[in-house]
Amino acid sequence: MSEDFFLPDPEGRVPSTAGYFGAFGGKFIPEALVAAVDEVAAEYAKAKDDPGFAAELNDLLVNYTGRPSALTEVPRFAEHAGGARVFLKREDLNHTGSHKINNVLGQALLTRRMGKTRVIAETGAGQHGVATATACALFGLDCTIYMGEIDTRRQALNVARMRMLGAEVVPVTSGSRTLKDAINEAFRDWVANVDSTHYLFGTVAGPHPFPALVRDFHRVIGVEARRQILQRAGRLPDAVAACVGGGSNAIGLFHAFIGDADVRLVGLEAAGHGVDSGEHAATLTAGEPGILHGSRSYVLQDDEGQITEPYSISAGLDYPGIGPEHSYLKDTGRAEYRPVTDDQAMRALRLLSQTEGIIPAIESAHALAGALDLGRELGPDGVVLVNLSGRGDKDMDTAARYFGYYDTDADTDTDAAPDQHPRPQQKTEAE
Amino acid sequence: MAGTTHIHGTPAPAAHHDTLPEVPAGARGNLELLEAALAAARAENRAALVGYLPAGFPTVDGGIAACTALLESGCDVVEVGLPHSDPVLDGPVIQTADDIALRGGVRIADVLRTVRETHAATGKPVLCMTYWNPVDRYGPERFAAELAAAGGAGCILPDLPVEESDAWRRSAAHHGLATVFVVAPSSQDARLATITAAGSGFVYAASLMGVTGTRDSVGREAADLVARTRATTDLPVCVGLGVSNARQATEVADFADGVIVGSAFVKELLAHPDDLDAGLAGVRRLAGELAAGVRRD
Repeated sequence: MSEDFFLPDPEGRVPSTAGYFGAFGGKFIPEALVAAVDEVAAEYAKAKDDPGFAAELNDLLVNYTGRPSALTEVPRFAEHAGGARVFLKREDLNHTGSHKINNVLGQALLTRRMGKTRVIAETGAGQHGVATATACALFGLDCTIYMGEIDTRRQALNVARMRMLGAEVVPVTSGSRTLKDAINEAFRDWVANVDSTHYLFGTVAGPHPFPALVRDFHRVIGVEARRQILQRAGRLPDAVAACVGGGSNAIGLFHAFIGDADVRLVGLEAAGHGVDSGEHAATLTAGEPGILHGSRSYVLQDDEGQITEPYSISAGLDYPGIGPEHSYLKDTGRAEYRPVTDDQAMRALRLLSQTEGIIPAIESAHALAGALDLGRELGPDGVVLVNLSGRGDKDMDTAARYFGYYDTDADTDTDAAPDQHPRPQQKTEAE
Repeated sequence: MAGTTHIHGTPAPAAHHDTLPEVPAGARGNLELLEAALAAARAENRAALVGYLPAGFPTVDGGIAACTALLESGCDVVEVGLPHSDPVLDGPVIQTADDIALRGGVRIADVLRTVRETHAATGKPVLCMTYWNPVDRYGPERFAAELAAAGGAGCILPDLPVEESDAWRRSAAHHGLATVFVVAPSSQDARLATITAAGSGFVYAASLMGVTGTRDSVGREAADLVARTRATTDLPVCVGLGVSNARQATEVADFADGVIVGSAFVKELLAHPDDLDAGLAGVRRLAGELAAGVRRD
């Protein structure tokens, strides 16, 4: 069965050769990066046709990552979802604790095939950074992770984890000093070091071919889940749900179901303090088409094309862009995208923890909150499949503060810089 | 190119061109003035000096004074930056200036006023340099029309690759604006030919693989890139990235048609945050030194 783990999208489906999903995608990059991006595309095209590549990746996915990941039915949680059956795809059980490792291992193999010796990556809070540092340790590659300075200070443990794995972690002090700026800084590094360096992009955004390439490495999520739920429920789900920041776990789940017209594809994006509050990261709900980080997609921006600051309690969803294929799925109506507030997500996080003994990442909790609503809409005959994209260990400090679980005032031992938002102290980007 | 058609749903350039209303002579951009300025420098057996400063930095009026000072003190051409929230091709110096301008609330109308007043004060060619999203959002046709009406000579859009540039080039050409493309040491020869065939005004050759900023030396790859670019085009080839002093300007003037300096001017203004006059004096002094440097004799 191992040949089923790496499954590039069949020929003839989106994107176009120019990297477009309908009106979205493309390649808006400086000339200095054109050759490098084209090299990635060419190497991936060769790798897709190389049985040796698939065999090596499949071996890693089984024996290193621990695939296939489990499908868990959660009946006690589902009692709060109108009695519908709810199944969780357990990407949280992968090595490193999220779906991110699927893409990272694939791109690490590509890096080696291209003869490059150094990898750079962005990380909002640490999950893609940790997965990348992990793969670099495994493959003996130099690794530099760009991370917004605000996040490095607040996420000392994740920084330590990456450094334990041998990576250099560079705090980014430009702009808003968060994920968006970490990506900007990684691009600046790549322009200067492109001969030796691969930019191991962490989501289904960025210039072509990254949206398609990262998606292909995550398609395994949906392919496994579709097979598993057919076995367990005896039928396809009525809806599949996943959180969306950049959109990688969601596209990985959705893709295997796109051809199943009766299966609703539902993306849950971070509404922060509410879409009307102005403090949110609900790009598909409130954004407009524009160009950010190399492709055309929905973007949170002002009337003159300046990118606006997103906000979410979840660092992994705290991004003002979205992968172009999601913009395409939204505009064609094949997928629907709904906002979930911080409070809704945190309630779902606690509910799953206390009804099923599974602590989800705050990112994934947005999908769980969406599933509660979907279940109520579908009623007792409904079946909902949720991607549990990451585990919540790293969110416990945020959650403890949110719910008041500390016995003493834990705020006193942190870097208590004044902050207009209650940003979490430990975040994952397990989106 | 298929992508651009896809996005905007517009017909082929030639067909579309016919449908655009005619531009009155007085509202056309100053592409010819740019060409003449570069030709004049060549006739004087020297490289042209091209200066860059972002609009709105340190204030809108201060930026207009600084851009005007550049042209009065030795620059042949000025590029006015339209600051962007996400300047991925800029190093820390220009990022800082962009940040100051954006926090000061600079708008596209302010950028256009900077172009208009700088050109009006000097009669010299003024280009706009920015990232694609602000232009895309404003509307390429609207932006081109207003830039031309302000007396602008053209636009440099370093994150708009030639494959995605059809809509912009159509509007730019219609309004008499240059489209200056950036080429890099990594650009293959065949690709250079495609890029230079699409561009106008001049070609911006990046001296090295990297972002904007001052550097100690200009690499040998710059001379190689200029030679490879010249093999594909008669357009002047100007070299930017990393040039900050007269010695480097002389070095680059030896093999290029123009020398582009940005971060070094920004640094002069950043060095005097509370004293615009002192900053302007620094800008004038540096422009004078560089103008002496680009003379080959």
